Amino acid sequence: MKTMFLAFLAIVVIAIGADQALHSAGFSIEEVTSAPSVRLD
Amino acid sequence: MTRLTVKLLGMILALVLSIGAGQGAWAQEAPAVDRTSTGGAQTLEDILRRQDGLKVDDSFRSDNIGDPANVAGENGSLGTLGGVSDSELWRAYRYGELDQLGDLRVSAKGPDGTGDVTQVVIQDTGMAWLEFRKGPMKDYGGYLLLGTIGVLLLFFLFRGRIRIDGEKSGRTIERFPSIERFAHWLLAGSFMLLAVTGLVQLFGRFFLIPLIGHEAFAPAAIAGKWVHNNVSWAFMLGLVMVIVFWIAHNIPNKHDLKWFAVAGGLFSKNVHPPAKKFNAGQKVIFWGVVVLGISISVSGLSLLFPFELPMFAATFAHLNDLGLPQMLGFGELPTSLQPHTEMQLAQAWHTIIAFVFMAMIIGHIYIGTVGMEGAFDAIGSGQVDEQWAKEHHGLWYEEVTGKPAHDHHPAE
Repeated sequence: MKTMFLAFLAIVVIAIGADQALHSAGFSIEEVTSAPSVRLD
Repeated sequence: MTRLTVKLLGMILALVLSIGAGQGAWAQEAPAVDRTSTGGAQTLEDILRRQDGLKVDDSFRSDNIGDPANVAGENGSLGTLGGVSDSELWRAYRYGELDQLGDLRVSAKGPDGTGDVTQVVIQDTGMAWLEFRKGPMKDYGGYLLLGTIGVLLLFFLFRGRIRIDGEKSGRTIERFPSIERFAHWLLAGSFMLLAVTGLVQLFGRFFLIPLIGHEAFAPAAIAGKWVHNNVSWAFMLGLVMVIVFWIAHNIPNKHDLKWFAVAGGLFSKNVHPPAKKFNAGQKVIFWGVVVLGISISVSGLSLLFPFELPMFAATFAHLNDLGLPQMLGFGELPTSLQPHTEMQLAQAWHTIIAFVFMAMIIGHIYIGTVGMEGAFDAIGSGQVDEQWAKEHHGLWYEEVTGKPAHDHHPAE
């Protein structure tokens, strides 16, 4: 059962990692759907 | 062109859902409506039919595009006006009939030089997609899941839990090493999260909002979207791992025929067809997961990166080459689709695949937990009782232990 919980932990880590990675790579929906003339923050 | 696309969208979605004639709003013919009271414009009946999701014959609108020849005489009081009003011009624009008003056309073309950019400005397919999503897709999808649960419940009442027929030996052997169990749970855990959050996206507004209210639903739906988008990567990784680890064990062989011949012994006690590491039933699940998993991943990626990864125009071109849609009487499918139509088709396909996937996995979860004694151990701890192995995977047991599974080949 340890393996199962390890896999569940991996899901959480991958999800947070994917979110961070996509944001830093410029794939956030704000950046993808706006031009430089748009102030995002 | 636009109407053609709407029709095609409807036909494709209906085809995929295998909705027979006479079922659903798609197949219903619009009755003739007397529009004299409105001077030919839309009537209350049209509005009510549209609100009910029924088919509306909008030829009163699509054909009402004016006539350049109706221009008033040059010397008349209205001589400076043309024969087509603004409304009529926009209708012609919407229904792709600009060319009927003379030498009129939109100069911009689709990405491949064909197509009609008027469909981007006035998006008719959006309504067809929305009606399909909140109508047949939601209804038939829901029935499929409830029906699956109902069938399993009946099976449980009829067959009960499938027990280990012989005496448990007390000795265990390793069925799945930890890396394979890790891959399974990576896939399974992410699948559950994706299934629940996906269902909330589709059914939430109908079932959760009345229950918990808009204020609670909004943040829940946003959190669900975050989970759905980001957990998808774990799902795809798990899918790749499971394929790599298990594909060799899932190549069909002659034992599968024996397994099917006795329905795997699912319906009778003391029937245990021989099987290697995976029996025919498990192979069906495996290949189902592979095909549905890849399809849902590809359509999911198309949705994760909107407008970047269109896939339906290319798929339709391949299908046309195979002659499949023509054979089924759909004619050639469009190979030039507007970006938003691509997204609508991707969303519809993603959800249809998801429902089939969920129905299959509900069956898998059943047989892996309450349905069969000893099955969960295989993927939980990885250790199964020797007696269980002899009964359910006799040939695999012999391979692993070098000992005969002896009298447990009743199908032979």
